[in-house]
Amino acid sequence: MSGNLAGKTAKTGGGMRLKGLIRKEFLQVLRDPSSIAIAFLMPLLLLLLFGYGVSLDAENVPVALVAEQPNADTSSFVGAFRQSRYFSPVVMPGMREAVEALDSRRIDAIVHMRQDFSRRMRSADGAPVQVIVNGMDANNARLVQGYVEGVWATWLRGEALAAGRQLDIPVQVDERVWFNSELKSRNFIVPGLIAIIMTLIGALLTAMIMAREWERGTMEALMVTPVTIREVIVGKLVPYYILGMGGMTLSVAMAVGLFGVPLKGSIGVLFLTSSLFLLAALGMGLLISVIARNQFVAGQAAIIATFLPAFILSGFLFDISSMPAPVQVITHAVAARYFIEILQTLFLAGNVWPVIVPNAAALLLMAAFFLGVARKKSRKRLD
Amino acid sequence: MARRIFSLMIKEFLAILRDKKSRVVVFVPPIIQVLVFGYAATFDLKNVPYAIYNEDSSGVSRQLEAGFKGSPHFQEVRRIGSNGEIAPLIDRKGALLVIHIGPQFSRDLTAERPAVVQVIVDGRNSNTALLALNYVRTVITAFNDTYVSDSGRAGPPARLETRAWFNPNLESRWFIVPGIVGLLLLVVTILVTALSVAREREQGTFDQLLVTPFRPAEILIGKALPGFIIGIGEATVIILIAVFWFRVPLNGSPATLYAGIVLYLFSTVAVGLMISSLSVTQQQGLLGAFLFVVPAVILSGFTTPIANMPHLIQQITYLNPMRYFMVIIRGVFLEGTPASALLGQFWPLAVIGLFNMALAGWMFRRRLY
Repeated sequence: MSGNLAGKTAKTGGGMRLKGLIRKEFLQVLRDPSSIAIAFLMPLLLLLLFGYGVSLDAENVPVALVAEQPNADTSSFVGAFRQSRYFSPVVMPGMREAVEALDSRRIDAIVHMRQDFSRRMRSADGAPVQVIVNGMDANNARLVQGYVEGVWATWLRGEALAAGRQLDIPVQVDERVWFNSELKSRNFIVPGLIAIIMTLIGALLTAMIMAREWERGTMEALMVTPVTIREVIVGKLVPYYILGMGGMTLSVAMAVGLFGVPLKGSIGVLFLTSSLFLLAALGMGLLISVIARNQFVAGQAAIIATFLPAFILSGFLFDISSMPAPVQVITHAVAARYFIEILQTLFLAGNVWPVIVPNAAALLLMAAFFLGVARKKSRKRLD
Repeated sequence: MARRIFSLMIKEFLAILRDKKSRVVVFVPPIIQVLVFGYAATFDLKNVPYAIYNEDSSGVSRQLEAGFKGSPHFQEVRRIGSNGEIAPLIDRKGALLVIHIGPQFSRDLTAERPAVVQVIVDGRNSNTALLALNYVRTVITAFNDTYVSDSGRAGPPARLETRAWFNPNLESRWFIVPGIVGLLLLVVTILVTALSVAREREQGTFDQLLVTPFRPAEILIGKALPGFIIGIGEATVIILIAVFWFRVPLNGSPATLYAGIVLYLFSTVAVGLMISSLSVTQQQGLLGAFLFVVPAVILSGFTTPIANMPHLIQQITYLNPMRYFMVIIRGVFLEGTPASALLGQFWPLAVIGLFNMALAGWMFRRRLY
């Protein structure tokens, strides 16, 4: 506590400069509507569009039911499809029409009961039902296949019950889906979208706006004043951080209020982890702009280094543990990956520390890395 | 006229490719991305981590376990011994599923009562959960079939024989990799063109261009050609990678494919120029590019089917050029669809291209500041 007078004045001077810088940045933000549009209009628009638009739940799948010899047995099987909310079945008289409809993509699957369906149902090895799915979209095909199996199992159970006998399937599966018992894809897509939108906001705000300053030379002008690089960076970060958190708040409010995604975890943890992620995203944008120094390159780099990886390599839709090992290594460099794990857990499962702590630590590390390198690169150029 | 357009085109090429960073950023990432994304973007699950909780240590239950151990889709990570271990394991993502075989299992089987296997799955990613459950059902069905034929018990009165057409092994890579061609072409052409007019406006050289004897149509074509040519070149490289590296079968004719690519690039370049002609600064141009590219990618059917979207949003997708190209490229690759069956996809691309080109040309003169 020696209270070095000189040190104290320097500190106050720094504080004043910083305050001035932040004020300048705020004015710049307020005068340039594009950064406000990025922070608020973009999440609003994108979340509305995608929250409603992106869904992996197939409902009313058009399926052709072909019974070569319609009778009571086939119509009970057809009835089971009619009752399922997953299918909108069309009964077709023959395979020719059905195959034509599959080729022209009017239907996604064919369920074919042959002439001897009734007879073989009463034989020892049962009647084979031919199921043909359009395999082009493999994911959708698998889901449709699963739905057909579901209808089949329900029908078997009904038949057994009606005949007053035990179901003839030796082992049955009792499925329990935790955290999302109705398997609503919106519940995992909306938190994932928030991470993608925040990635875009963070990178766009800094990459674009900083690159413009380099291009116009106002950055160099700023650097010949007594402010330090650290002050410049902090001065830039504070307003964009506040803008970004504003966008985040809006997104979370929409997720819960509009899309009905449950938020099981605590707001405090959400706030802290979002801050870490935003710092990493802003730091990455900053680094891009420092390296690129021109808006064309910065823009290209921002879309290539942020949106596409966040969309494909983050586990948003594609399961990371199913990727080949070298690609899994690459995903560790994608900040959105950690944030999506945190968000999906916070929204659907709650404050599960073994998931949150390591991912938050990774975000902290990435933020420190990007900001550190950005600072170093800026200083180098000044010499 | 052709010579004037040619010289304009050379100037545009120079503007894009003059500096080294721009050259790198236009050509290198698409190649790397098609390789990385081609491997990453798959809905097929491999090595799903699961835990076994087997309270019935009979031979039959071991036989059921073997079904999971032998499947390439599953990877056993833990054996647990009590109910209390299930929740913490799933919570911290230690395993995606827990397979619980109860103590009554073999007794129920021998007594010909239904034996129940409980499967607990982490639903945080509901798509992964659904797919994993489908794989579980496949393993159990296979077990049931062998059990029925081995024990001489009567099987169920009907059984399913499922076949997938056009993609018998249900490899989602076949579906996704052609989609990546459309994705990367969109990103590259929009970025190259969206800043072309905006950059000149910001630097003030666009006014100079307008007072030269060039007609707006010539300026338009001169600005469109570089994006178009870069797009054709990158499309060729990416398609070669898809065919020879990822071994996606190209069943249709390359001529049909290129007809689709030409029309698609025409429409995306036109949209890029339209965005550019609306923007006064590069920042606005880039923001416009983002606001077009992001929704266009997500609402194209690239990863999630358009049929699952609400009606209103399905209507909006008709304005999206990528939507049509997804149908074209997947049809030509996987089904060998002939050009005649794709006319319904070709003409909307031409209309989107013409409309945006016209709008861009018109904006050139109207919007000076």
